[in-house]
Amino acid sequence: MSDIKVKITDREGVVHNLEAPTDMGMNLMELCKAYELPVEGTCGGMAMCASCQCYVTSDHELPEKGDAEEDMLDQAFFVEDNSRLGCQLHLTLELDGLEIVLAPESDV
Amino acid sequence: MIKTDILIIGAGPVGMFAVFEAGLLKLRCHLIDALAEPGGQCTEIYPKKPIYDIPAYPEILAGDLVKNLATQIAPFQPSYTLGERADTIEKLADGSFKVTTNKGTEHNAPVVFIAGGLGSFEPRKPPIKEIVDFEDCGVEYIIKDPEIYRGKKVVISGGGDSALDWAIFLADIADEVSLVHRRKDFRGALDSVEKVAELSKEGKINLITDAEVKEIHGEGKVSSLLIQHKTEGAIVKECDHFVPLFGLSPKLGPIGDWGLEIEKNAIVVNNALDYSTNIPGVFAIGDVNTYPGKLKLILSGFHEATIAVQFAYNIINPGKRYVMKYTTVNGVTGFDGEKKEAKKAVVKSIV
Repeated sequence: MSDIKVKITDREGVVHNLEAPTDMGMNLMELCKAYELPVEGTCGGMAMCASCQCYVTSDHELPEKGDAEEDMLDQAFFVEDNSRLGCQLHLTLELDGLEIVLAPESDV
Repeated sequence: MIKTDILIIGAGPVGMFAVFEAGLLKLRCHLIDALAEPGGQCTEIYPKKPIYDIPAYPEILAGDLVKNLATQIAPFQPSYTLGERADTIEKLADGSFKVTTNKGTEHNAPVVFIAGGLGSFEPRKPPIKEIVDFEDCGVEYIIKDPEIYRGKKVVISGGGDSALDWAIFLADIADEVSLVHRRKDFRGALDSVEKVAELSKEGKINLITDAEVKEIHGEGKVSSLLIQHKTEGAIVKECDHFVPLFGLSPKLGPIGDWGLEIEKNAIVVNNALDYSTNIPGVFAIGDVNTYPGKLKLILSGFHEATIAVQFAYNIINPGKRYVMKYTTVNGVTGFDGEKKEAKKAVVKSIV
């Protein structure tokens, strides 16, 4: 099996323990959508909308943020030091046990 | 008032392709789009990015897809209202619809197609509760007339190109310009970043980094902001204007108030038949609609547009018989009478 476990806390504080395949080229935003969690993924994963912003609360070593992700986080709200865009985090075996919290939606 | 057969709201790829399918049925189309150019997201967001799942195009840039569509629909002479957002819809006594834009342009058609994609692009508003109370009273999301800042104290917030460029521009006009950004790094064009650093050293731009605007204060108009600094805590900054520049994001906007059935920010349609909405005569196609199994793909939108046009024909020409025809067999005849068709085979007998 090439599944990993990812723990996602949604905006209501409900914890979801998800099984995530690593062989389908999926990212964290897509995983949320696949489980019908309330993540819009408006831009489709181009790091252009920040609707998949999340806080990484486990101490996994993550890939560095790219320019597009940094740019987008500059335009997003509720950004913290552990903020990442879910669409830029690809699900790999190294991320087994990853824990994240969905950031608030940025609409007033 | 602009009159047409099918009024299409949204000039993205799906709205554009609807013009072609409508043209085959001799129906004329007019398109409204909030953006200044046709193409929607393909033009505005990712013109240089490749798309790989357009049938028969192994790879095509989004910008080229729009260019090709424009060529394909040209024979059917679509007209446009660009840079205006469709705001209201009204059913007239004759059963047709009147759609009015935010600039007051009126359109009339028996059938309306909503091909609005993710919605119209609006400035992103920082999550400050009282911000709506100060809109046009010292808070501006877009700088339309820099002169209103002459001699005033202005706080710009944001870390991208527009925040940098306006900070530089206003440094010469305003009495005082502050630039607030959540990090020390700015991700704009190198020139702009260097220029801001220089102006900051000269005291012409007051740079406040590692900080965020949290509250707006004032009686009827902005008089000060509360800025939260990561290490230094709260700063009260007196100012006349607050300009948050955080880019654009798509919003369904006024269409959401048209009485259409909405689910998860999309318009519910009947995909078992015709992509009609709960308002007879109004159809929704492309990313803006939803139904069980919906995929937000350009190719799905093309299909939806083609189906919806057949039913629009029945509304516009009640009782008039017609059956879908193949372009390979019949060619394409533009509204100027020019016909594109397959070359006829040469028949000659051997004597």
